[in-house]
Amino acid sequence: MRAGVSSLPGPFVALLLACAFFASQSDRFLTGQNFSLILQQVVVVGVIAIGQTLVVLTAGIDLSCGMVMALGSIVMSKGAVDHGLGPGTAIACGMLATMAFGFLNGALITFVRLPPFIVTLGTLNIAFAITQIYSESRTVSGLPDMMVAMGDTFTVGSTAVTYGTVLMLALYVLVWFALRETAAGRHVYAAGNNAEAARLMGISTGRLILAVYTLAGLAYGIAALLAVARTGVGDPQSGQTDNLDSITAVVLGGTSLFGGRGVILGSLVGALIVGVFRNGLTLMGVASVYQILITGILVILAVAADQLARRRRLRV
Amino acid sequence: MFSPDVMQITRFILAASLVCTLSPAHARQQPVIGLITKTETNPFFVKMREGATQAAKAKGAKLMTAAGRFDGDNASQVTAIENMVAAGAKAILITPSETKAIVPAIRKARAAGVLVIALDSPADPQDATDALFATDNFKAGLLIGQYARAVMAGRAAKIATLDLNPGVTVGRLRHDGFLRGYGITEGDRSIVCSADTQGDQAKGQTAMENCLQRAPDINVVYTINEPAAAGAYRALRAAGREKSVLIVSVDGGCAGVRNIKAGQLAATSQQYPLKMASLGVEAAVEYARSGKKLSGTIDTGVTLITDKPMKGVDSKDTAFGLDACWGQ
Amino acid sequence: MTAPAPPSTPVLQARGLVKRYGHVTALDGADLDLLPGEILAVIGDNGAGKSTLVKALSGALVPDAGEIRLDGRAVRFDSPADARRQGIETVYQDLAVAPAMTIAENLFLGRELRRAGVPGSVFRLLDKKRMAAEAAAHMQSLQIGIASVRQPVESLSGGQRQGVAVARSAAFARHVVIMDEPTAALGVKESKMVLDLIRRVRDKGLPVLLVSHNMPHVFEVADRIHVARLGKRAAVVKPGEISMADAVAIMTGAATVEPPTGDAGG
Repeated sequence: MRAGVSSLPGPFVALLLACAFFASQSDRFLTGQNFSLILQQVVVVGVIAIGQTLVVLTAGIDLSCGMVMALGSIVMSKGAVDHGLGPGTAIACGMLATMAFGFLNGALITFVRLPPFIVTLGTLNIAFAITQIYSESRTVSGLPDMMVAMGDTFTVGSTAVTYGTVLMLALYVLVWFALRETAAGRHVYAAGNNAEAARLMGISTGRLILAVYTLAGLAYGIAALLAVARTGVGDPQSGQTDNLDSITAVVLGGTSLFGGRGVILGSLVGALIVGVFRNGLTLMGVASVYQILITGILVILAVAADQLARRRRLRV
Repeated sequence: MFSPDVMQITRFILAASLVCTLSPAHARQQPVIGLITKTETNPFFVKMREGATQAAKAKGAKLMTAAGRFDGDNASQVTAIENMVAAGAKAILITPSETKAIVPAIRKARAAGVLVIALDSPADPQDATDALFATDNFKAGLLIGQYARAVMAGRAAKIATLDLNPGVTVGRLRHDGFLRGYGITEGDRSIVCSADTQGDQAKGQTAMENCLQRAPDINVVYTINEPAAAGAYRALRAAGREKSVLIVSVDGGCAGVRNIKAGQLAATSQQYPLKMASLGVEAAVEYARSGKKLSGTIDTGVTLITDKPMKGVDSKDTAFGLDACWGQ
Repeated sequence: MTAPAPPSTPVLQARGLVKRYGHVTALDGADLDLLPGEILAVIGDNGAGKSTLVKALSGALVPDAGEIRLDGRAVRFDSPADARRQGIETVYQDLAVAPAMTIAENLFLGRELRRAGVPGSVFRLLDKKRMAAEAAAHMQSLQIGIASVRQPVESLSGGQRQGVAVARSAAFARHVVIMDEPTAALGVKESKMVLDLIRRVRDKGLPVLLVSHNMPHVFEVADRIHVARLGKRAAVVKPGEISMADAVAIMTGAATVEPPTGDAGG
């Protein structure tokens, strides 16, 4: 499996099989409206997973993503409601806050040379605490219309689709294209696959990794906007499971946690797999605990598939 | 990094200062009590902590606080009990995450002469703690179940339950209470969908959306707490059904009561974390000062709050609710 | 009798290089001459200073004293990238390739080609077709047998992988190719392939500085052999004029040779 190509068919086939199964179990599954709903439900984790994928491609990990996203949503919502900022300015402030955390992660990893797992475990707690203190653990409501505009819908045929869904899909295509077709994108793969080689070839991996974590922070900021648009409020309790959910999406999508291999579109497929199972099992009336069980089994299967491929490669 | 001698001296100084600060001589006049909540961040416990802090200050007691990291984090609570006892706490108030698993640690503390009071949920067995200031989560569910049945007045119900998480006691009690109040049992045909929300607003929205896909004609929604209810409302509104569905919840936070006033939530069972905390602190300080132990169970009460009262179900309106609510 | 060949200017020349690490002197006034169109093998026992010498010449470290000349001009290498910019390419012992990436991608790693016009300058898009074509041409010119330049490097054999690293250096080097233990990890057949490859690089006009401890390989492929000992140049010998045993003896100090004079002839 070379960097950037053939890890996609597996997850995609899994998604198709899941859809086929649920379509056979409920005639309400295979409708435009149901699919639009599933997309809306995965939008936040889906965009967070864009940042997470970039980080994982460099052989890193970001445990702080969900809390940083929550911080961003509180900054932008309080900015508009409590501090009277215009919606555009408030949104920008929220994204700056999340990018600042991304930059902090990247700087600690690059300059102080701390392991990503430890660094982001620390910033996870810092972001969480700041969010609780700043929001006094209270939900912020009464947001201006422009801020929740991404939750507005337009119709495609007879289906209502949100602008947020379109934004998520567009972001995936954009990042996918950049990773494939620009030198910087290829350098991200190189840094994760063999950082020493990249350095010897004159690529400044330090700057690259700093940029990757900062961009991931931007992705979390966009996810914050989408979360605010979906729920209509700034919720300081949001995002608490999003770090594990985004890693699940990345792993199910075929990206290797060892770095250097994987396709970003896979993370979208991974997020959709989880969303499809959650929706399909509810349609079937299966208890929620089985969703958790199935997600766990899928993750193990995905990681096992990655490991098997790895061993096959090493034997060559 | 430093020479062995410097390290030795540093260690000695650190140890000496540690011993001094832990010495009971420091807190001679000021009673020390501890509060251990399930999590740091659930607004319910935030309010409880605020109430305890205020009450402790008013009574001149020193309050130590601790919490688990997540619902069900027993280990952190055990550690907190041990640390507080070692630090000289005379009484500990705790909302147990794991009602059985916490008992050995509680017994050890009581054997050391510390008064232990359970708040919000009882330990299992209940007499493992000296006393219990509870809120009856089953009754909370019962009230809104009765209310919902009264509102439906015999019409066929299509009920969705938006629950907490598998295995968590609070969620189970409220859910079972609701069913009993409505007069049905688990597996009844009128329950057309059950989904978990983790008490989270966004997840509540997702759960409601998926339930509506399964059964577009749902007309009664039980929710585990008000954030989940807010998420459910949003999903119903997106589907154009917010006016034809009855949503009920539990909590009584100020945000939730305001939602009732705005017509987005029909009724909620209001609980009183502040009252639990301040009564608990009073009893704790009393024991610390006079050695008088409190025992037994005190129910801090549950009130049904709604602006559309129904005959046969006692309730209070949102004016009362806003007065007595917690959170902001 | 033919007239003696006129002394040629060394492509790469080092004079009096000194490098100290605390109390240890790794280079103690080391000299080196690399002539155009030759394969110069650098041999030496452990601690002889051969790897330090090569690091100084490839820009991986800066010597404390001494002079380096490239094509007669005095130069200074502040970093491997700096040395690369001045036309010196190094094939590292561990190859420095990204195994999951293709041959073409590895060949152009850090030096990717961009598309013409706006897509290239504004959007910085890669010209993958051109890179694939040029990569194929480079591999072809060195007669390295591969199925396609779109294969991931990890699917290649050890010798083919070495070929990719060598082709990369040969493609971009303007003056010198330095190779660090190229046959160390290879079996007999693949080593022979790589030695042929090294000769082809030289035949293309690029002199090769070869560091190796494998005496049979050195004797098979080198035009001249630089023997390093105690941080200095102990001798420069020709494979045809000396036996392997004698060369090893010079390396270990069991035998001595008249130290070569300052000029490059010989």
